[in-house]
Amino acid sequence: MRPIWIIAKRELASFFNSLLAYILLIAFLGFSGLFTWLTGSDIFMVKQASLQSFFGVAYWTLFFFIPALTMRLIAEEKHTGTLELVLTKPVSDWQFVLGKFLSTLLLILISLVLTLPYYITVANIGPVDHGAVITGYLGLILMSAAYISIGLFASSITTNQIVSFLLALLIGIFFHLLFSILARSFPGFAGRLLDYLSIDSHYESITRGVLDTQDLIYFFSIIFIGLFASERALAKRNISDN
Amino acid sequence: MDIIVQNVTKKFGTQKALDNVSFTVKTGEILGFLGPNGAGKTTTMKAITCFLMPNEGDIKVGGYSIRENPDEIKKNIGYMPENNPLYKDMPVIDYLSFVAELQNIPALKIKGRILDMVNICGLEGEKHKKIGELSKGYQQRVGLAQALIHDPKVLVLDEPTSGLDPNQIVEIRELIRQIGKEKTVILSSHILAEVEATCDRIVIINKGKVVADGTPAGLRKQAQGREILKVTIEGADANTVFKALQTLSNVHLVDFLSKSNNTFELQSKENTSSRRDVFKMCVDKGWFLTELTPTETKLEDVFRELTLK
Repeated sequence: MRPIWIIAKRELASFFNSLLAYILLIAFLGFSGLFTWLTGSDIFMVKQASLQSFFGVAYWTLFFFIPALTMRLIAEEKHTGTLELVLTKPVSDWQFVLGKFLSTLLLILISLVLTLPYYITVANIGPVDHGAVITGYLGLILMSAAYISIGLFASSITTNQIVSFLLALLIGIFFHLLFSILARSFPGFAGRLLDYLSIDSHYESITRGVLDTQDLIYFFSIIFIGLFASERALAKRNISDN
Repeated sequence: MDIIVQNVTKKFGTQKALDNVSFTVKTGEILGFLGPNGAGKTTTMKAITCFLMPNEGDIKVGGYSIRENPDEIKKNIGYMPENNPLYKDMPVIDYLSFVAELQNIPALKIKGRILDMVNICGLEGEKHKKIGELSKGYQQRVGLAQALIHDPKVLVLDEPTSGLDPNQIVEIRELIRQIGKEKTVILSSHILAEVEATCDRIVIINKGKVVADGTPAGLRKQAQGREILKVTIEGADANTVFKALQTLSNVHLVDFLSKSNNTFELQSKENTSSRRDVFKMCVDKGWFLTELTPTETKLEDVFRELTLK
C-alpha cells in the first residue's frame, strides 16, 4: 500500500508546484461562488437556504476541470519515459494507477473542503437540510471519482495530452448529458438502461438526499472499470499480437 | 548477484526484437552490451529490469526469476533507462527522496543516503535546483544517483554517456568504473572505445541475436587471422617495389595504400610473418624502409564484421 501513497504524494506536490492546482481552485471557487451568491438562480433569488444551486454549478465545473487534471497523469509519463523509471522500482502497475487516482481525488477533496464556508454561511441565514448537503457533497465526490477514473483511462492509452483531454471529455459527455437525453427518446428497456447509465439521474437523487445502494454500485462500477482499463492499458506493453 | 539470460525471445507484433538470446553476467563483472541501433539492446535491458515480459525464455537475477519474483529483482537492481528520463520539474533532493521512499529505504536513513549520493555523484552545488535546469551531464549524474540510492547489487545502464561532451564522458566512465568494483554492471553502448575502456567482457548483439561473447582481447584475437603490415619503402619507383614485394615467399597479397608515398599494405600467408623478409629485401636492394607498422585488428573491425552480415 505504501507505494500508492508515495506516488500520490509526489503527484499532489507536482499539482501544487505547477500552477495547475491554483488555477483549478481559484476557477472552481470563483465559478461556484458566483452562481451560488451573485447571479442566475442564486440563493437570494430563490429565497431558500439551500445549496442546490451550488451543487448544480459544481456538477458542470468539475466535469470540465477533471479531464484537465487527469490528462497528463499517465500520458506525460509515457511520453517522457519516466513511466519506465517508476515501474522498474518495486511498484506494481496497479499501485501506480491507484496512486495517480488518489492524488487527483485528494486535490478535488481539497477544493471541496474550501467550499465549506458557503455551507456555513447558508446555514447561518436560514434552516438548511443538513442531510441533503452531506449527501450532496458525497455525490460530488463520487461523481469526481468516476470522472477521474475515466480521465485516467484516457490518459493511459495515449502519449498526447490533448488527445487524452478530449477523449476524457468525449467519454464523459455521454455519462454527463447524452445518455439522459437519449433515454427520453427510447421507450421501454432501452430507455431505462440509458437512464441508468447516465450520471445525471444518480447524482440528482443523491443531492436530493436519497442515498440508494443502487447509486453507490453505479459509481463504484464506473470507478472500477476505469481503473481496471487503465491498468490493462499499461500492461498491454507485455501482450504482443502474434 | 549474477544475471542469467536464458533463450529469451521477445516479439513486437510479428517482428522478433530478441531471438533466442542467452548470456550470463557473473557477480562483480562489468559487461559491455554492444550492437547497432535497433539490435535489441534496450529491449534486453527492459526485460532484465522487469519492465517488459519476454514471450519465451526466462531471466534470473541472483536466482530470482523475472516471471516469479519481479519485486525481489526490482529491489536489487539500479536502472538508468535510455535517454535518462527524470521528473524535470522536481528539485534534485526531492526527486532522490521520492526514489528512496519507493525503494523502501527506512525513513531515518533516507537523508543520509541522499547526502551520500550527492557526494558520490558530485551534485553538491546542484542539489536544490530543479532537474530540468541542470545541464545534460548533471542530469546524467542524477540518473546515476537515483539508480544507486538503494545500494543495489546489480546496475543496468542503458547508454549512460550518450549526448555528453568528451570531458563528461570521461567523468561518468570513471564513476561507473569505481562503482562497478563491487557490483554487477551491464552497460550498453555503441561507442566501442568506451566499452573497451570500462568493461571486463563484451556481448555483441545484432538483429536480436547474440553474435559474439568474450573479453575485448579475446574478440580481437578471434578476428585477427592474418598478419597485416603497413609498409613504406623509398628509393625506387612504386611499381618496382610493388613487384619486388610480391615475390617475397611469405606474402599473400600486396596492395597500394598511396602510390605517391610508396606506401603498401601487405597481407602475409596464414601463421607466417614477412617483417624480416621486407627488411632484408630493402637492405639487399639499397632501398630505405621508412615505415613498417603491423596493423592491429580494432574492435571496430570486429564489430563491423559481425554486424554487417
